Amino acid sequence: MSGSGEMVGAILILLGAVFSLISAIGNIRLPDVYTRSHAASKSSTLGVLCALVGTLLYFLIAEGYFSIRLILGIFFVFLTAPVAAHVICRAAYRHCVPLAEGTVEDELREYYKPAEDFEGEDQVEAQGNEMETPTQEPLQVNHMS
Amino acid sequence: MKPNDVILRSVTRVAAVIILTFSIYLFMSGHHHPGGGFIGGLSTASAIVLLYLSFGIEKVRENIRLDFKKLAAIGVLVAVGTGLAGIVFGQPFLTQTFGHVDLPIFGDTELASALIFDTGVALAVIGTAVNIILSISEDR
Repeated sequence: MSGSGEMVGAILILLGAVFSLISAIGNIRLPDVYTRSHAASKSSTLGVLCALVGTLLYFLIAEGYFSIRLILGIFFVFLTAPVAAHVICRAAYRHCVPLAEGTVEDELREYYKPAEDFEGEDQVEAQGNEMETPTQEPLQVNHMS
Repeated sequence: MKPNDVILRSVTRVAAVIILTFSIYLFMSGHHHPGGGFIGGLSTASAIVLLYLSFGIEKVRENIRLDFKKLAAIGVLVAVGTGLAGIVFGQPFLTQTFGHVDLPIFGDTELASALIFDTGVALAVIGTAVNIILSISEDR
């Protein structure tokens, strides 16, 4: 029985390693931040998930030990890695990191920069904050001063 | 241009619960498995820092009404108090005991007085870590 456990674990962990390698290659080869984050978040998440599932199945089959911590780790990585990529990409976009040269459409541009000038981004941001209902950032400033 | 943190905030709500649960697990399992007061306290502090990052300092401060300086002090007091309890019973300082207690849900459980010492360590670590982060992040 322990042979089959090692087999399943080895196949899944190898699959995870291959996915991580593909993710690393994509990180090097792709042109801009957004496509690189696409490669880094999706396939490396899948790689980590495969490795963790392989470990879980190995310990379950070979030793009969069901690890709650691995389940929790799988769920946690699956939950947080895409959000990390999302936050990084959004920070990059708001700081005007250029898109790749072959990009044909940028639908977010109208939402973020309606005035079409990159230098006045701070002014646009300040006006937007004043026009909207007061969010937490003005509140923080008031509270601290 | 309203700052839109919906994804970050809703994931933080779930992730903070998971981190806090895992930190309690680490704290409780420190006697027989890897874990203990220090790492449990640090992971609790990381959950609190995650809440600060995604919801802002003022909002979290309204909801977690803890003075983290006092928390660190209470932690040190608890740790020293368990040491002094050994002196009270005529043993050397920091003597630890354990006993088997029949708890209603968990059954026969081994409870060690080292757990109280660990609680003190965890409280001190939480207070110190969060206090460092807060004092760095505030502009005066």
